[in-house]
Amino acid sequence: MSDHGNLGAVPPARPAGEKLDRRRRFGSLFDVPRSGRQGVLLPALDVPEADPAALFGEQHRTEVAGEVEASEVDVVRHFTRLSQLNFAIDTALYSLGSCTMKHNPRINEEIARLPGFNEAHPYTPEHLAQGNLELMWRLEQYLLALTGFARITLQPSAGANGELTGALMIRAAHVKAGNPRKFILVPDSAHGTNPATAHFAGYKVQELTSSSRGTLDLAELAAKLTEDVAALMITVPNTLGVFEENILEIAKMVHAKGAFLYLDGANFNSFVGKVRPADMGVDVMHMNLHKTFSTPHGGGGPGAGPVGVAAALVPFLPVPTIERRGDVFHLDTDRPDTIGRLRTFYGNFGVLVRALTYISSYGSTINEVAENAVLNANYIRKKLEPFYHLKYDAPSYHEVVFSDKRQVAHGVHNIDIAKRLMDFGFHPPTMSFPLIVPGALMIEPTESEPREELDAFADAMIAIAKESEETPRIVLDAPHTTPVRRLDEAGAAREASRPGNFAPVLRAKVPGPNPAS
Amino acid sequence: MSSYPDDRLYSKSHEWIRVEGDIGTIGITDHAQKELGEVVFVDMPEIGEIFDAGQEFGTIESVKAVSELFLPITGEVTEVNKVLADEPGAVNEDPHGEGWLLKVKVSSEGDLERLLSNVAYEKFIEEESKG
Amino acid sequence: MRYIPNSPAERAELLAAVGAAHIDDLFATVPKQVYRKGAPDLPPPESEIEVRRDLGALAARNADVSSWASFLGAGLYAHHSPAFVSQLLTRGEFLTAYTPYQPEVSQGTLTAIYEFQSHIAILTEMDVANASMYEGASATVEAVLMAERLVKKRTRVVVSEALHPEYRHCLRTYLANFPFELVEVAIDAETGKTSAEALRNAVDAQTFAVVVQSPNVFGVVEDWAAASAAAHAHGAIAIGVVNEMFSLAVLKGPGAAGIDIAAGEAASFGVPPSFGGPLVGFLACRDAFKRQIPGRLVGRTTDAEGNPGFCLTLSTREQHIRREKATSNICTNQGLFALAATMTLAALGKHGLRQTALQCVSKCEYLKAGVRELKAPFRLAFAGATFNEFALVSGVPVLELLARLEKEKILGGVPLHRLAPERRDWSDLLLVAVTERTRRSDMDRFLQVLGSFR
Repeated sequence: MSDHGNLGAVPPARPAGEKLDRRRRFGSLFDVPRSGRQGVLLPALDVPEADPAALFGEQHRTEVAGEVEASEVDVVRHFTRLSQLNFAIDTALYSLGSCTMKHNPRINEEIARLPGFNEAHPYTPEHLAQGNLELMWRLEQYLLALTGFARITLQPSAGANGELTGALMIRAAHVKAGNPRKFILVPDSAHGTNPATAHFAGYKVQELTSSSRGTLDLAELAAKLTEDVAALMITVPNTLGVFEENILEIAKMVHAKGAFLYLDGANFNSFVGKVRPADMGVDVMHMNLHKTFSTPHGGGGPGAGPVGVAAALVPFLPVPTIERRGDVFHLDTDRPDTIGRLRTFYGNFGVLVRALTYISSYGSTINEVAENAVLNANYIRKKLEPFYHLKYDAPSYHEVVFSDKRQVAHGVHNIDIAKRLMDFGFHPPTMSFPLIVPGALMIEPTESEPREELDAFADAMIAIAKESEETPRIVLDAPHTTPVRRLDEAGAAREASRPGNFAPVLRAKVPGPNPAS
Repeated sequence: MSSYPDDRLYSKSHEWIRVEGDIGTIGITDHAQKELGEVVFVDMPEIGEIFDAGQEFGTIESVKAVSELFLPITGEVTEVNKVLADEPGAVNEDPHGEGWLLKVKVSSEGDLERLLSNVAYEKFIEEESKG
Repeated sequence: MRYIPNSPAERAELLAAVGAAHIDDLFATVPKQVYRKGAPDLPPPESEIEVRRDLGALAARNADVSSWASFLGAGLYAHHSPAFVSQLLTRGEFLTAYTPYQPEVSQGTLTAIYEFQSHIAILTEMDVANASMYEGASATVEAVLMAERLVKKRTRVVVSEALHPEYRHCLRTYLANFPFELVEVAIDAETGKTSAEALRNAVDAQTFAVVVQSPNVFGVVEDWAAASAAAHAHGAIAIGVVNEMFSLAVLKGPGAAGIDIAAGEAASFGVPPSFGGPLVGFLACRDAFKRQIPGRLVGRTTDAEGNPGFCLTLSTREQHIRREKATSNICTNQGLFALAATMTLAALGKHGLRQTALQCVSKCEYLKAGVRELKAPFRLAFAGATFNEFALVSGVPVLELLARLEKEKILGGVPLHRLAPERRDWSDLLLVAVTERTRRSDMDRFLQVLGSFR
């Protein structure tokens, strides 16, 4: 492998002893047999001990067979070692486009852990939870200031849940007007959640083909926009990072047919503080607080997906809403036209606390988030344009979508580039969409990245472009330096698909007979 | 010489059918399995189900893609390839042989006229890849 | 701003590098009429000092379950969360990672999810569990939608009226646009259990799902076997809902009693109440149904060198591949809080789970015995066995009782009226819950206040 020169990290041989060490660093707690250990001690029981066998009879369970038996030391070490196997924003640029992997300020974590927030039960009487209700009310006011809508619900648990909330409100409004209508129009560049959401709200999806600039084709929109269309669901800027220039005209066309304009706010971070979506004629928009407002992604959740609506949709908001009467805040459940409830309680409150902390920290300077996110993405674009194919060359906002078209000529695909990027210490771009860019490499650096990190990332991408031409093998075999090498995902899917086969592929095997199916 | 056997006919949705008597054996083409990548699961219909020519009868999955399967002719399912439940990779290894999907009782020979010969199919995929 | 590293001078250099004269040039495709050049209408930025002061004042205006004696439950129970859990959750490698799409750099998250799936499957005595759901009610909705995919072309869902009212409300919301009929089955007035006879009568050949929660909203332990028998008699799917997962350390899991899909809330395991969210829902099922499970799943596999590792699997069920034909529109799981639950479960383990559950049962029995002995206008609503919560019939207005308890710095319980205002017949019921954190002295004070109504 000496012919790789000094392009990037040349794969080191696995050090001696590594095989043995792997047994300690990898694998699940269920793999190591331990007996009689316990990591949590309880206070002595201060009441007479009840007899569960007598209380529950046949339903009594005498032990939880197969559960872990480990001390606090075992558990702390296990999870600390696991953490060391993860890539995270705290270590380097995380280019995963559309996911907005920006810095997560630690003050947000501290505030969310204040006992008054963290240890408050949701059924605390309202007069003993005024601080929490005021916090939610204040967040709604801030988000209203940034969006221009009439009201906002904070209840949805995540972006996709917010989408569904929006779609259900649209449907409720059409039903109230006498006809639920049949279709939701979705561009072919949309996130996968959009068509899935439309389906779960009871609508059929009609797809719109993107123009050569990556934006909506107004002629096609006009043709498909009939009285049967309930809403147009678009993303601005779209998943190509391109702003829908004709948004004002699009809104007019949609409204002329009595339909609603739904904006997927996944990319709100590129215009927050610069454009209020309601000013563009948007009727509904969900916001991903874990994207625009920096609440931590936590390895895949929790998110929060507040939804803003124009006045026409206010009656349909989920219950409860938070209302203010003088200095008193309360939960309003008496809303006759409400779509109902999307979850228990009031939303991912802890995420709302973090988002409010973040917005308070930026205050009236929050437009700098959008400006620097867009600036950084354009800087990456400028540096990489000579090396990677750009299918749509309209101006980029917070992200830029290249493709592997040039590298494919050498047998190197986007997945190989992604894996090789790990050897350089960066998280790969998004590849699974937009579907209209084959071999997509969707890069979103966010405003969190300093110039030198942007340069280092661009240099790595350029080095990989060169490797793809000169020494493609090193790219095809990547990653070389990660805790594990390329995983057999097909093998896992085949094993997991096999009827009757679930342990240990999908869960740990427990000693003795596994539950029968 | 064609790499696609001449003992069967091909559809533009990349299935093949070989008819012996009134029984047609159906699979996906070598081209289709290559496009799909490593097959991990095949969702098959029940025996006795009847489908029209061109109707979806199941799906075939790789790690990151799902493709719908269409019956090239009208017929009733008489047998499915049970091997695939445990070894879906047979579709990749031997798409025109051991990796067959199902057998149907052919109800109308007329359907076959719309299908392609091996030579025509090869020409079709060549053009498709250019487009 | 402190979260944007590039200084104004460096930003100017980047602008020059991209060939723009001004930042506004990069927003040139935004219609002029809506582009705002000025500052947004928000207060000035706050330093950490100001944020702490400002939001700290809001936090101080809430009664929390650590400084008050709390008997609040009704679907969310304040259990102990080990100190290390909160500390390890703040490790940036967990906190600031995203969905493990790239397994080579996400083995930490993937291994933890696999362990979460294992814990949930073991506790529920089911074959397979997913990587977690938003929370209990939406997990229950997903279970019902999953049942419909398994038993196609049927239209009826039979639900126990003792399913948490907010869960039932969610079912109505999500199912509103499907042609489904939601039928509620009454409880037995004496035991507080879902009436087995009414359940049998409600299930018919059009029924695709039967939903029963245990312990139910009144704290009463249900009979899973009766629910699954009623469902299976007509080929329907039996769904068991659990929102107090510690109960499964002393009660047989739904999977052991014929239930097909288990769903609910696992926040009891180390997840702080946080005014109701984020929590951690779960969904588990029999092997035969695994291809219809919504949400993420992690599987065990090997890497190119033959070493063991984990990756996301059966992804073709999900929205990013199947789009409108996906099993759900869900994109995220509850990563960080599934991790909190996983760490807590590992530390509790087999023995800690059992001990905690026994303490819950014992304290609940102590408090119930105390209520029975009171010569005051209060009685237990139902005779059925309970785990750590029970319904109290109050002979005085519930709010008056709660106000009296509040004076003693006791959060006395959840009035059923708050969960289901439409049920006038439940307006005199108060749900009272205990956990291993509840002290005997607090229970004695609680009983004393009740006794003062004599």
